[in-house]
Amino acid sequence: MASRIEIGFKKGIRDALGERIKKRIIEHLGIHVDSVKTLEVYTLDGPLAPEDLEKAANGPLSDPIIQEIAINHELAQGFDWLIEVGFRPGVTDNVGKTASEAVTLLAGKTVRVYTSRQYAISGIRDRCDLDTLTRMDAERIASELLANDLIQRYDIIDGKNWNPDAGMKPYIPRVIGEDRPRTEVIDLAVSDAELVRISQERVLALTLEEMRILRDYLKDETILARRREAGLGPQMTDAEIECLAQTWSEHCKHKIFNARIAYHDGEGAVREIDSLFSTCIKKSTREIREQMGADDWCLSVFVDNAGIIRFNNDWNLVFKVETHNSPSALDPYGGALTGIVGVNRDPFGCGRGAKLIFNTDVFCFAPPDYAKPLPKRILHPRRIYEGVREGVEHGGNKSGIPTVNGCLVFDERYLGKPLVYCGTGGIMPARIAGEPTHTKEILPGDLIVMTGGRIGKDGIHGATFSSEELHEGSPVTAVQIGDPITQKKMTDFLLVARDRGIYRAITDNGAGGLSSSVGETATLSGGCELDLKQAPLKYPGLNPWEILISESQERMTLAVAPETIDEFLALARTMDVEATVLGRYTDSGWFHIRYGEETVVYLEMAFLHDGLPQMNLRAAWTPPRHPEPDFPEPADLGGALKEMLSRLNICSKESVVRQYDHEVQGGSVVKPMTGVVNDGPSDAAVIRPLLDSFEGIVVANGICPRYSDIDAYHMAACAIDEAVRNAIAVGASLDRMAGLDNFCWCDPVRSEKNPDGEYKLAQLVRANEALYAITTAYGVPCISGKDSMKNDYQIGETRISIPPTLLFSTLAKMEDVRKAVTMDVKKPGDLVYVLGETYRELGGSEWYALHGAIGNDVPQVHTETAKRLYQALSLAIQAGLVASCHDCSDGGLGVALAETAFAGGLGLTVDLRTVPTEGITRDDDLLFSESQSRFVVTIRPDDREAFEAALAGSAFARIGQVTAEDLLRIDGLGGKRIIDEELAVLKAAWQKTLAF
Amino acid sequence: MQKKISAIVITGNGTNCEMEMAHACRLAGFDQVDIVHISELLCGTKRLDDYDFLNLPGGFLDGDDLGSAKAGANRILHADVAGGQERLYDQFARFIAAGKLILGICNGFQLLVKLGMLPGLDGVYDRQTVTLVFNDSGRFEDRWVYLHVDPDSPCIFTRGLHGLYLPVRHGEGKFVPQDTATLERLKRQKLIALQYSDALCQEATMDYPANPNGAVDGIAGICNETGRIFGLMPHPEAYLHRTNHPRWTREELPEEGMGLSFFRNAAAFLRIN
Repeated sequence: MASRIEIGFKKGIRDALGERIKKRIIEHLGIHVDSVKTLEVYTLDGPLAPEDLEKAANGPLSDPIIQEIAINHELAQGFDWLIEVGFRPGVTDNVGKTASEAVTLLAGKTVRVYTSRQYAISGIRDRCDLDTLTRMDAERIASELLANDLIQRYDIIDGKNWNPDAGMKPYIPRVIGEDRPRTEVIDLAVSDAELVRISQERVLALTLEEMRILRDYLKDETILARRREAGLGPQMTDAEIECLAQTWSEHCKHKIFNARIAYHDGEGAVREIDSLFSTCIKKSTREIREQMGADDWCLSVFVDNAGIIRFNNDWNLVFKVETHNSPSALDPYGGALTGIVGVNRDPFGCGRGAKLIFNTDVFCFAPPDYAKPLPKRILHPRRIYEGVREGVEHGGNKSGIPTVNGCLVFDERYLGKPLVYCGTGGIMPARIAGEPTHTKEILPGDLIVMTGGRIGKDGIHGATFSSEELHEGSPVTAVQIGDPITQKKMTDFLLVARDRGIYRAITDNGAGGLSSSVGETATLSGGCELDLKQAPLKYPGLNPWEILISESQERMTLAVAPETIDEFLALARTMDVEATVLGRYTDSGWFHIRYGEETVVYLEMAFLHDGLPQMNLRAAWTPPRHPEPDFPEPADLGGALKEMLSRLNICSKESVVRQYDHEVQGGSVVKPMTGVVNDGPSDAAVIRPLLDSFEGIVVANGICPRYSDIDAYHMAACAIDEAVRNAIAVGASLDRMAGLDNFCWCDPVRSEKNPDGEYKLAQLVRANEALYAITTAYGVPCISGKDSMKNDYQIGETRISIPPTLLFSTLAKMEDVRKAVTMDVKKPGDLVYVLGETYRELGGSEWYALHGAIGNDVPQVHTETAKRLYQALSLAIQAGLVASCHDCSDGGLGVALAETAFAGGLGLTVDLRTVPTEGITRDDDLLFSESQSRFVVTIRPDDREAFEAALAGSAFARIGQVTAEDLLRIDGLGGKRIIDEELAVLKAAWQKTLAF
Repeated sequence: MQKKISAIVITGNGTNCEMEMAHACRLAGFDQVDIVHISELLCGTKRLDDYDFLNLPGGFLDGDDLGSAKAGANRILHADVAGGQERLYDQFARFIAAGKLILGICNGFQLLVKLGMLPGLDGVYDRQTVTLVFNDSGRFEDRWVYLHVDPDSPCIFTRGLHGLYLPVRHGEGKFVPQDTATLERLKRQKLIALQYSDALCQEATMDYPANPNGAVDGIAGICNETGRIFGLMPHPEAYLHRTNHPRWTREELPEEGMGLSFFRNAAAFLRIN
């Protein structure tokens, strides 16, 4: 029998969640409510006696100091509307799972607990005591704020008909399905039209050409003969087709990055590019490594779940950045939470496995104050913002991994798909029991073990779904909710197992589930044989193909040698983590999957991995020409500066930053916020991963999608330069700096619904060519990367495509963190310098965007002078000559000067006439040009000679002085004071925009 | 010869500050410091009885899903140690009775409070009389706070300290007593060892964000009547070196971080007691 336990706050106890919801109802929905009270509801399904319920309610489920309980009757009263929100069947209910464990332990009986939450809402009474809150308002509050229809259900109860003693009927969201697992065969000997239909209906995301390859594979007589021996007929099973669709998905196979491209340069010439991945990214890394020769510190690049570099003789660093865009569009909280705990498993499942030491997150959203009508199926950007923020908060904080760095980027075109970049770094001993840890080996006979969470229908078709645009039929099952604690328990266990040497290899279950994790690792031994019936399920009713490709979270796949399997499984039991042997690795050359005795997949490894021919694509570049903006130089540049500081892409992100734990693990050195009252924007993070050493790690990011509107080459070049210069600004050097590329593009394959695909592909080609040019010039090798190619939205006639976006992330080693520098001015009397040349480069700038323009003069990176400057600045910082250093990025010199000043709480007097420039005649251009590779630096007066000597050979100038006044004073090119602003006013302008 | 002292740092089920807490114990001079997974206690391979100093670190026990540390407290209260001779709670009770030291930080403080071990008035260690609830801001926050130390508190850990500057990193840290009588006793017996304060560490404050969560009377940490059990929301183990300080690039600071003093006090006490 099921029972309901409700928990509410005692009278007089503050309901912080209720207050927050009330605020959102008023501010986001414009509905006026007087109060919102929240109640937690536990629905318990199990053989519990009344005294068991009493003990559970008064024990683990409530806090006796502040809460009151009700068992099988209702607490809520005196409301206009009661909204109860619970999960749909099969959706991960983390709180329910914890409650199940707690009550089972307490009662000594197996109990299933499901959670929901009640919101008791009262409207504002006017004088006539009329109802001001209608059912329609309640519906809106439920559907637009409290519940996400994809994963949650809600009930709305009218306060007028309320009888608290009657109690609500317990509802159990159990998955009720027929438990008759079966495998179907699918006839592919059909027309082309039928092949296309099959691909679409099953969300396979395979093209006609690819479907034909599947069809033709079964025409080979020797294959058919082998299949017969295995018990399979001449038709493919659903499991085989699904498995191939996962393995061949754009998400897993990076078909576009590996395609042969004919690039038309717009001036009549055509170039042939045989794989952007090989000829731009891998080639750059290879050349840099050759240059380094014996000093090469790259250990594992592009072959594993993450890149691995050497930290010192005893430790290696691991780094990976992923995106989780499509799921975050549908369910921002679950999508983002899954994104962060998902990317955690990449470094964790890399080599022998790494301990996770930092997260870095970058989100691209439409503006939160978006006020136009929303296209179908699109959530309001503010809801996406809050949901993603909270998902990553829970994923990162609960996993005990510090979120050390990140940024937020706003552009209306992220309305169709937000970008949710989540990155994670790890550290691993360089050797365990004398063997290197950065490689993977699996021997035939090793057992395939799955550990961590169980398999459900969640996450089915995640890989193929993210390989398409968001459309009407995008599957609900692709959305899921991560469970950081199950994952933490698993990683705690696996790190112990790793150090005991009781597994041979590890990989994660991400996109494509077991089909990918086992399919990929089986290449190391040459085959596998696996029984899906052994896999632990969340609930019955899954068909074999679903078990094979489900992307249920928190699972790792391991290769365990038969001689250590008993110890491995015993340790798992002790540490309360599920681990199950599913089969074994072989050298048969076949990917062989059974369900019990019945074979459901029998495919050649070679076909699975190499059966897909290279794609042929056409790219056509036509440089866009935008109107040049024509506006006079504003008379009030102080006002202009304040306007710039308030812009979404420039303003303070502190309200988000503070909600992420950036100090857990104890090695925080340069925090996200810095300065005299800890609220200035740091350029990069510095952490100390080993608490008994001063060796450190610098983590930074660069991203500037607006420049794609002019030329994606310069967008990419500037993103890379920004990531490098941010790292340099805090004290990194180019000597040991690695990069990660993460491309998020709009569909670059031309089709009827995507007529400008060739232009988008040309943008991709140009971005990759920039990546090659800049990384080789700086000697910063990419060690891993990721691409997400279908960031479009198409429903009906509405198509929204994101601006092509490259996130470049850097990871650098710092020999001694005590040399690190922050961006805040330090002392009155210090000298202010600007390093690097300012050109008239306002194309795609925030200044032009403020005037509704794009322009054409996009910033360009001059690698030779930039590299010289970076090397000189690194040495100056190492020598202790730099008091503060801040890079110039969005908003240029003007914004950098203001931030430097108010972060340190000290004034500046600056003369723009001394700034090194070329082609600049207007003060606003000089203040807001976004020329790359520039810094604002302050130094102690005593260090002047040494500092200037260190910078000799680079463009730089002393432009002013730090003052004890609370003022930013800037003299313009004409010698007149153009800005004279109080720091407090500037800071307030910078802080107000996202202070919610 | 100096008396050997040992520290145990419990981890597992969502705890995540065990590494830096163990590091603090080592820096403070403990001869033996073990990070022990709770499963090792439950299966009987490790016992609390073998240690002098019990560390309960920060984190999210069971995700704090039922309220901070609730499910964790439930486990300690009701889970049997393998062999069925005793519950894990019995080892805790024995540890307290033996006059050993316990330090709970953040989630560890929440655990001590929900277990009833703090404040443990009249030596009753299994009845909850105070709690830690959601911050008034309604959100998790990571920020540094100034702390006033009560010089007259019996707390072993804060001996000789005047004020501190440490980070808080929590969503559920607002201290609330069950009634005014309890609060009055905490005050009278000087069990309120730490309060959020002004930047001079002199006056307790209710002003946000100096008081980051709205804690009653600015209470940031309390001890039991013997001063040997101490819990606090701020994270001393996150400030062990000057480079942890948010303004170390602009202020003259001692090499050693302030957070270490609690652990030094614990070690000094155990050496002679």
